Amino acid sequence: MSESMATIGAPHPGVASGKGSDAVIHPAWVRVTHWVNALAMVVMIGSGWRIYDASPLFPFVFPEQFTLGYGLAGALLWHFAAMWLLVVNGIVYVMLGFLSGRFRRKFFPIRPREIVSDLIAALTFRLSHNDLSVYNAVQKLLYVGVIGAGVVIILSGVAIWKPVQFQELTALFGGYDAARYVHFGAMAAIVGFLAVHVALALLVPKSLRAMIRGR
Amino acid sequence: MSRMRKKIPGVDPRLLTKDAAKLMPEPSRRLFLRGAASVGALAFLTGCDIVDGDTAEGALRVVSRFNDSVQAFIFDPTKLAPTYPESAITRPFPFNAYYAEDEAPEVDAADYALEVGGLVDNKKSWTLAELYALPQEKQITRHVCVEGWSAIGSWTGCPLRHFLRRIGADTRAKYVWFRCAEGYTNTIDMPTALHPQTQMTFKFENDILPRAYGFPMKIRMPTKLGFKNPKYVVAMEVTNEDRGGYWENQNYNWFSGL
Repeated sequence: MSESMATIGAPHPGVASGKGSDAVIHPAWVRVTHWVNALAMVVMIGSGWRIYDASPLFPFVFPEQFTLGYGLAGALLWHFAAMWLLVVNGIVYVMLGFLSGRFRRKFFPIRPREIVSDLIAALTFRLSHNDLSVYNAVQKLLYVGVIGAGVVIILSGVAIWKPVQFQELTALFGGYDAARYVHFGAMAAIVGFLAVHVALALLVPKSLRAMIRGR
Repeated sequence: MSRMRKKIPGVDPRLLTKDAAKLMPEPSRRLFLRGAASVGALAFLTGCDIVDGDTAEGALRVVSRFNDSVQAFIFDPTKLAPTYPESAITRPFPFNAYYAEDEAPEVDAADYALEVGGLVDNKKSWTLAELYALPQEKQITRHVCVEGWSAIGSWTGCPLRHFLRRIGADTRAKYVWFRCAEGYTNTIDMPTALHPQTQMTFKFENDILPRAYGFPMKIRMPTKLGFKNPKYVVAMEVTNEDRGGYWENQNYNWFSGL
């Protein structure tokens, strides 16, 4: 505990300032792609909700003030513009994640036993966020999970956008109508992740700072 | 400290307090947070004028034109839309327009003549009897609406490419433009006009196309969104000029391919 406390590197006299204070937790490419992705996701979700409202899958609609785009046409313009940002940025992130070895180092291995113990620790308020450079098993699972949801939302989106030209992909999702449900489900998973992610980032502000300044 | 009693899963309250205490004295950290909060606030204001202003709309239209060319590139003129068995037909097949069903145009079959114009050798008009005499094919395909819903219908008629050959159309032209009885218009790209499943439709299932579905003629394109499939078609023109269309002129994507 004392060692990891030091890695926070707070500028308080008397607290040993370890190497962690200057060590980069998130390299620039992670921070840039993170915030570009955040912007793209906000636009995709906001416009996506407006598009959903034009033909709801479930007996509810999203309140218009939480949606993006002037009418369906405007929402579609936003959705099909931000998709390029989301996809290009996503490809850069995933490629660099693999090539740099960051995914391997940070996200793996994910051990079921650690997930259980970290989850119990989290739910009983004993999970530490002292060392931001190391993810706990629950974080690993969620980060890998949300990247997976990102892949599914892009592929199901393409399946809905081009059910003739990419009909094999659409068929893989169980057809056009089923692909809409998959697309919605992936959105719901991502929004669920976002709720937890944003809440915890605000509760542990140094994690937010690290994603801005890198350390 | 009392506020800390609200327990949040995954957060150690003791460590959190220490974090918070350390955060306070450093103004730069607070600036970061304030900045982040503003970004969040902006994100939640997305329905406002800032993002729906003329500048944003202009930029989005540029991207939409770019998406037209991407879709034209993706479009495979030989790739057929999936077809379905009779049992898959959506019944009743939905009526859809920007007006109510009882306001749909009523075209008089006796007076009807399809006007043909533009870059074609033979500009003579076509009566309904002449059109019905054209070779016909049936297709059971999925109609996908820009709103998201879809429905499977059965359409019978003459492949448009066959008709374009018959009238001596210059198929090197870029577009085919359609005008409808109620004033609806539509411009499509020539590759789509020549697609084997693009059809001048005269029948829904085995009956003459009812008024609700576009009597006397609809242009059925299973490779395009529903609004690109004009109904009550009274005129067509082969042209190199993009004349847009009813919805296309209201910011809906021009190509709208599937």
